[in-house]
Amino acid sequence: MALTIGSLNLQSRLILGSGGAASHQVVLDVLQASGAELVTVALRRFRPGSGSSSLYQDLAGAGATVLPNTAGAHTSREARTLAELGREALQTNLVKLEVVIDDRTLLPDPIELVDAARELVAAGFEVFAYTNDDPALARILADTGVVAVMPLGSPIGSGMGILNPANISLIVELVDLPVILDAGIGTASDAALAMELGVDGVLVASAITRATDPVKMAGAISLAVRAGREAWEAGRISRRPLAVPSSPFEGLPDFNLAG
Amino acid sequence: MAILLNGSPMEFAHPEPVADFLTGLGAPATGVAIAVNGVIVPRSRWSEAMVDDGDTVEVLTAMQGG
Repeated sequence: MALTIGSLNLQSRLILGSGGAASHQVVLDVLQASGAELVTVALRRFRPGSGSSSLYQDLAGAGATVLPNTAGAHTSREARTLAELGREALQTNLVKLEVVIDDRTLLPDPIELVDAARELVAAGFEVFAYTNDDPALARILADTGVVAVMPLGSPIGSGMGILNPANISLIVELVDLPVILDAGIGTASDAALAMELGVDGVLVASAITRATDPVKMAGAISLAVRAGREAWEAGRISRRPLAVPSSPFEGLPDFNLAG
Repeated sequence: MAILLNGSPMEFAHPEPVADFLTGLGAPATGVAIAVNGVIVPRSRWSEAMVDDGDTVEVLTAMQGG
């Protein structure tokens, strides 16, 4: 079942973050193993002498859609500068908007984030907004005209999974846009849980790229995303405090029969 | 001529169009953005816009990042 985000149509609900990989080749290897079609990159200064092959060319050559981010921005203005540079460099209106409050937590700054979202939407960008697991903020962002809201499960790279599943469920319920769980995934079960909560997709970087065997983890998380999605579509049973027998009480034998 | 390239002072032989300047740096043909004196130069103007003595130039490209 395809996922539509703005002008994008994706078959895979797993989005790959390219950060943390030991080399370009590892990025390409995990891209193939994950089946992801959308990959994030950061914009940084070109180093003369670093060779004329580029990550962008490698990813585009592998058939991926490249999603430039604004990582490194601490203000709306910095995010807009990086977004404009990404648009020019990669010739795309897609941007993953990140505006963080500090470098220890990398948590989104809600004030600067909303300002940047409004400005970038007005400038014609298709904005994927990395945000806190705050349902109210997610609604405010959705109203700015972004194409997707991307709440964190826990801080970037922390691998702590989804700290507030109830809030993620609430965001899914309240926001009438694609919701992508971004940041905090540590292993496959975290990705499955995200999908079981009803998000439309999961963005994973460190959990794959920094795993002992990144290619194997890419495959594992890809399976988890598919399993979690199918479980969500299938509709889980409700939780209840007491047992519900799965074997009938009727038709039990006389327990005093001689053994 | 002296320019400030990505924050470092550099010497270049002579002013030249952005396209030639980037080729001289060994920059890839795609996936690159350039700003001269704080203004992004769109790809459509790379053959006419110039890098001149005293300019501040930023050249950016896609790197690994989440």
